Amino acid sequence: MTETMQADIRSGRLSEAEIEVNFGDMHPLFRRAEALVEADRCFFCYDAPCTNACPTGIDIPGFIQQLRSQNIKGSAHTILSENIMGGMCARVCPTEVLCEQDCVRNTLEDQPVRIGRLQRYATEAVVEGSLQLFQRGEDSGKHVAVVGGGPAALSCAHRLATLGHRVRVLNAAEKLGGLNEYGIAAYKTVNDFAQKEADYILGIGGIEVRNSTAMGTDFSLADLRNDYDAVFLGFGMGGVNELGLDNDQLDGVVDAVDYIASLRQAENKSELPVGRKVLVIGGGMTAIDIAVQSKRLGAEEVTVVYRRGQQQMGASNLEQEYAQTSGVGIRYWLAPRELLQSDGCLSGIEFEYTQLEDNGKLVPGGKSCVLEADVVFKAIGQKVLWDSLGDTAEILELDHGRVSVNECRKTSLPDVWAGGDCVYGGEDLTVSAVQDGKLAAMDIDRCLRQ
Amino acid sequence: MANLSSEFLGIKSPNPFWLASAPPTDKAYNVNRAFEAGWGGAVWKTLGEDPPIVNVNGPRYAASYSNDRRVIGFNNIELITDRPLDVNLKEMRFIKRDWPDRALVASVMFPMQEEAWAKYVPMVEDTGADAFELNFGCPHGMSERGMGAAVGQVPEYIQATTELCKKYARIPVIVKLTPNVTNILPPARAAKAGGADAVSLINTVNSIMRVDYETLSMYPTTDGMGSHGGYCGQGVKPIVLHMIAEIARTQDTADIPISGIGGITDWRDAVDHLALGAQNVQVCTAVMVYGFKIIDDLTTGLSNFLDEKAMTSVRELVGRAVPSVTDWQYLNLNYIEKAHIDQDTCISCGRCHIVCEDVSHQAITSTVDGERRFEVIEEECVGCNLCVSVCPIEGCISMQQLTSGVDPRTGRPVTSEKADWTTHANNPMRSK
Ligand SMILES: Cc1cc2nc3c(=O)[nH]c(=O)nc-3n(C[C@H](O)[C@H](O)[C@H](O)COP(=O)(O)OP(=O)(O)OC[C@H]3O[C@@H](n4cnc5c(N)ncnc54)[C@H](O)[C@@H]3O)c2cc1C
Ligand SMILES: Cc1cc2nc3c(=O)[nH]c(=O)nc-3n(C[C@H](O)[C@H](O)[C@H](O)COP(=O)(O)O)c2cc1C
Ligand code: SF4
Repeated sequence: MTETMQADIRSGRLSEAEIEVNFGDMHPLFRRAEALVEADRCFFCYDAPCTNACPTGIDIPGFIQQLRSQNIKGSAHTILSENIMGGMCARVCPTEVLCEQDCVRNTLEDQPVRIGRLQRYATEAVVEGSLQLFQRGEDSGKHVAVVGGGPAALSCAHRLATLGHRVRVLNAAEKLGGLNEYGIAAYKTVNDFAQKEADYILGIGGIEVRNSTAMGTDFSLADLRNDYDAVFLGFGMGGVNELGLDNDQLDGVVDAVDYIASLRQAENKSELPVGRKVLVIGGGMTAIDIAVQSKRLGAEEVTVVYRRGQQQMGASNLEQEYAQTSGVGIRYWLAPRELLQSDGCLSGIEFEYTQLEDNGKLVPGGKSCVLEADVVFKAIGQKVLWDSLGDTAEILELDHGRVSVNECRKTSLPDVWAGGDCVYGGEDLTVSAVQDGKLAAMDIDRCLRQ
Repeated sequence: MANLSSEFLGIKSPNPFWLASAPPTDKAYNVNRAFEAGWGGAVWKTLGEDPPIVNVNGPRYAASYSNDRRVIGFNNIELITDRPLDVNLKEMRFIKRDWPDRALVASVMFPMQEEAWAKYVPMVEDTGADAFELNFGCPHGMSERGMGAAVGQVPEYIQATTELCKKYARIPVIVKLTPNVTNILPPARAAKAGGADAVSLINTVNSIMRVDYETLSMYPTTDGMGSHGGYCGQGVKPIVLHMIAEIARTQDTADIPISGIGGITDWRDAVDHLALGAQNVQVCTAVMVYGFKIIDDLTTGLSNFLDEKAMTSVRELVGRAVPSVTDWQYLNLNYIEKAHIDQDTCISCGRCHIVCEDVSHQAITSTVDGERRFEVIEEECVGCNLCVSVCPIEGCISMQQLTSGVDPRTGRPVTSEKADWTTHANNPMRSK
């Protein structure tokens, strides 16, 4: 067969059955015996390093002890009272650089207690079974607007409800969950868990949700400040950074986050268009996720290309390994220079080798190479799309293009708090967004009660 | 290789491991398999008068578990053999014929009437059995009928029944003691007074395992009702060891040969029994949980241990630890130990800190110069060993003796002179 000149992008590379296997649960639920044996490995450390490493500060030895004695409700409560998305975090947290990294078992045997999977076990029955463990606080008479529907917003809303405030969630997307619903890799959160978790959170009562309602289009920040006692902003980051090359708009050059969103929402994944040769530009979680998912959709050759080295990569070593064992190649020290085309179609990228100077600056190394591609995914970080948010940027103090907040997640305005990906200084993880929402809610409560 | 061959009351066996009288020795089929596997002897499941007893037709056994479902304790409401006497005797005879080098002991439980012993003792001896073991321990069912523990809890009955057996027996008589007494010495003395050649201990401990969390009845039950059972397995070993040591170190009982039973699961448990005074050991629960094959670990483990200790026979080990057992009042109160944490092996879990802080003497740091670090504060440490007990890393925390200088806790100089409670100033009854 001769090479066609057309870019090879098509759907149906794999059968539905193959896709189902490929997108099965990445870390299946522990069986009871597994959970009990694993729980037995916990030493119940004093001032536990794992708890200190958890952005939401879950009392990990505490929940494991409760799990050990099969006090599942108590165990789930210990988790969810610090992190209402403990179920999602159990699935998506890079535990290898969080709690599990600091497990003292690592010094003994290179195998930490598998905290994430225990956390999932402990929360599964409660969240999946809608066993409500929380109660709305006594009505404070205050009304708070929460902008966004992702981890930051939902965590804030839930904590506000427990504290007795009425909450209205204003969310641009059709569904709640933010990136839990539209962004996280499909194999990390199967069976529509993001929606089940959102339902669980709303189950407390006192939270009114308006989806498909966007700040900047349907209302402004100024409106909210007029109509509510306090405002929380958790609108995440709407856009992906551009590669900054000519012909960026060429067919076949795709925003990775958009593509994942359509993948997550697809009724039938085998109908998605998939390139034969796929290049992913970037070095974070998004890059890894789009690469692995492309491979699992049937792409023949998938390569992540990162402009720095393995150590500098945002994705942890474990994630890189996961990509590699999933059949994804990773190339380091290559920066894209030019998008190549033939007959008006994307055909590849010319890369420039890079190197680090002693002062830490990344500079061209002189040589270059070409990698072929039918599809190129942009995954080089996200940004807030301020243009779509009306005058928000004018009235809020920003820092590095994101909202500036103090340690209580309060913005420069006395009645506005913010958290999650849209604020500067965070870790851009689900768990840190949850923590931001929680901290903001606690500070809002403090201020509203003064 | 150390020689494991054993002689108990002149009865030879290739190793000191016998199966205790229980389900593993219930019939020829099992005992054959046990001897094939390498067990040194078997005490046959307790024989009784015909008609045989009956067992419940529901659960007889229950276990307590560790989290990975290792059995750590075991309980039963089984009675003595439920097969006719002649069937058992016939099988015992075959076994002894086929396995002349193994010990075969007949466990028996007969009423406290002379006719019974006059009738049955010769019948049992006719099988070729090497000894009798008198079951004065069964704590459930049989005791309600005036036998088993009902005898074992009354020293006069022990003596009388032992005398009856001895009167008719030509082979040695071992008296199996019940632990369901507050002091093991009176029963041991009674056995000796009745002419027993040896004692074996323990039989099982009165127990109820737990409740059923659904029904809130005790567990297990037979048709909704339960009765207490006998507890055994790993959980009972420390209780047994104390009882063995008491008999072995008390002047008027020290000369009674002991067969140690209770909680033996691996060779180290056997070392405990032997060093504290047992001349051989018997095993039940571990076999009920893991099968006969554990004999391989028991024999090779013990043999390797003896080699490491430069001992050539089990006999050299027997009773070795007995002289180290004494009364609290004779412990040297001038002797001082302090905990020491080896920072190289410490994994910084901090469990030593939290227990010393919450329970003991606030003698372990959690931070040093702002860093997470666990160090013993000698000024506070009383040497209680709690931190050593809870540390998950064996050998990380050790107790080290203070041999000179001043004890930083009390400010008193360390002395090599011994002084115990009997002469201590705070003791109102001290000998002056
Ligand atoms: C592809 C990908 C994979 C990831 N994988 C992981 C992972 O495995 N583990 C992990 O910990 N983190 C992961 N992350 C990061 C994590 O998803 C985010 O850090 C987290 O979702 C941030 O939460 P958030 O609530 O701030 O924002 P988002 O989850 O982005 O939610 C923003 C919400 O705001 C709403 N919104 C946006 N604009 C408006 C507006 N104008 N008006 C009203 N509502 C608006 C959106 O509809 C959305 O509901 C991943 C991110 C991406 C992009
Ligand atoms: C199910 C079961 C039945 C038992 N039956 C008898 C018996 O018939 N006669 C007897 O002397 N001891 C009997 N015992 C007690 C054992 O012989 C032994 O003394 C006790 O279990 C302690 O040893 P271990 O910890 O190794 O099990 C029985 C024990 C169990 C578990
Ligand atoms: S020996 Fe006891 S008092 Fe001393 S440090 Fe350890 S726990 Fe504390």
